[in-house]
Amino acid sequence: MQAETLAPPVLSTGSVRRRRLGKLWGVRVAVVVVWLGSWELTASHWIDPFFYSKPTLIWERLVDWFTEGTAFGSVWIQIATTLQEAVLGFIIGAIGGVVLGILLGRARFAADVAAPFIKAANAVPRIVLASLFVIWFGLGLTSKVATAVVLVFFAVFFNAFQGAREVDRNLVNNARILGASRSQVLTSIVVPSATSWIFASLHAAFGFALIGAVVGEYAGADKGLGLLIANAQGTFDAAGIYAGMIITTVIALLAEWLLTLLENRLLRWRPPALQGAENA
Amino acid sequence: MSVISLRNATKRFPGTGGEPHTAVRDLTFTVDAGEFVAVVGPTGCGKSTTLSLVSGLEPASSGEVDVNGEPVRGIPDGVGYMFQSDAVLPWRSVLDNVAAGPRFRGLGKQQAREKAMVWVERVGLAAFAKYYPHQLSGGMRKRVALAQTLVNEPKIMLMDEPFSALDVQTRALMQDELLRLWAGTGAAVIFVTHDLEEAIALADRVVVMTSSPATVKAIFDVPLPRPRDVEEIRLTPEFVAAYREIWDTLREEVARARAEAMGRAS
Repeated sequence: MQAETLAPPVLSTGSVRRRRLGKLWGVRVAVVVVWLGSWELTASHWIDPFFYSKPTLIWERLVDWFTEGTAFGSVWIQIATTLQEAVLGFIIGAIGGVVLGILLGRARFAADVAAPFIKAANAVPRIVLASLFVIWFGLGLTSKVATAVVLVFFAVFFNAFQGAREVDRNLVNNARILGASRSQVLTSIVVPSATSWIFASLHAAFGFALIGAVVGEYAGADKGLGLLIANAQGTFDAAGIYAGMIITTVIALLAEWLLTLLENRLLRWRPPALQGAENA
Repeated sequence: MSVISLRNATKRFPGTGGEPHTAVRDLTFTVDAGEFVAVVGPTGCGKSTTLSLVSGLEPASSGEVDVNGEPVRGIPDGVGYMFQSDAVLPWRSVLDNVAAGPRFRGLGKQQAREKAMVWVERVGLAAFAKYYPHQLSGGMRKRVALAQTLVNEPKIMLMDEPFSALDVQTRALMQDELLRLWAGTGAAVIFVTHDLEEAIALADRVVVMTSSPATVKAIFDVPLPRPRDVEEIRLTPEFVAAYREIWDTLREEVARARAEAMGRAS
């Protein structure tokens, strides 16, 4: 609210900005039309759509899934399943990453002890763990959530750790002089200053949570988008693979949008120049 | 009755080449209750370290530092500290920044804000209470920092070149503001600066430090009446005389610090 009253007048530049925005979207739409059009054309005349599929086939598959349902029941059930796994994995992984990252970031000795283990754990190709989790936790929800958690955790952990380390010493000293206890320094100085760092990782982290859920389903499941994609692969249904990809992408974009809303709400104290750079 | 007393206080930091670096050595001086003491010295001589010792942020390597008659262990009660660079919390509004101290000390949110609002008004920021720091000018942020320190009603105020980043006019304004707000508090002040004019205009006594490693070279009384107007007082003969006397002592140290800096650069 206050930012608007203080901002320099933008009335004169409003129409310029709108025109620029119109042009921007015009070119973007043109890119998509040219891309899909050329794909459609080549797949109709020169290359085999059985292998490469084409936009109209993919569209038909999507319409089919949403009206008739998939081979494993309604498409909404598949979406809800994957979403549930991804969101649960995201929440558990993010909370774990933030808490452990901030605590280790403030405890130098513990961080030095843990450093090589964390580096090693991060170097493990974690996506392979999906197969292990299926053996451990079975075909249900748990194994997918576990895969999503390990992917999300490390992405968030490193940023929270770095954020907690880079807290301005001046701010900490000032708070101590003003009377803050150790835990007050943590909650009122360290956590807020690490928030920008943490949010930077959360954007990527939800993508990882989705990947974890889909790959987990791919490794073995009885429902979910990963299962649809795996099944499409098994039946040489290229259009089905694309359709699964598109649904996953749309979910990821929606989540990204929600996260940006939350970020702007929580980080409203930041100078607008910083926010503008990210939104542009 | 001195509230701050340093006796042969020395601070060594681990240096880069294994050799400990001595920031200050054998500091000895006292500050009485209600007294305004300025510490001047060449840039980078370790003046700020003096404040760290008194505030308890850094323990002394040897010697004694007493605050309120007791040796400093941890941050003593009743100490306020204004840092050289901005230390206001960027994610809190002006009001909540000023309320931070009372909140840390266990006051409820509502009470803390009421207390803070009094000080926000006193530093002239009532209209900006809901603004975030990035929306304020440098001078206004210093006002926030000043209110943030004063709201705790400190009996000892440590100030580390708080106005050095401000332009000349804003600085003079803030100096007047500081004297006005301090006048009613009875707090002892140690004000660190490299600006001798600022030191004389504000202080009752001026402590001149040597170049690194810093120690006390001389202490001067400033025989200027209060209340003072910092812009007017600079023009009085008493001010000029005091300036000349102290500068004679400070000049050598500044020259030495410069020669050392040049030597290090080449």
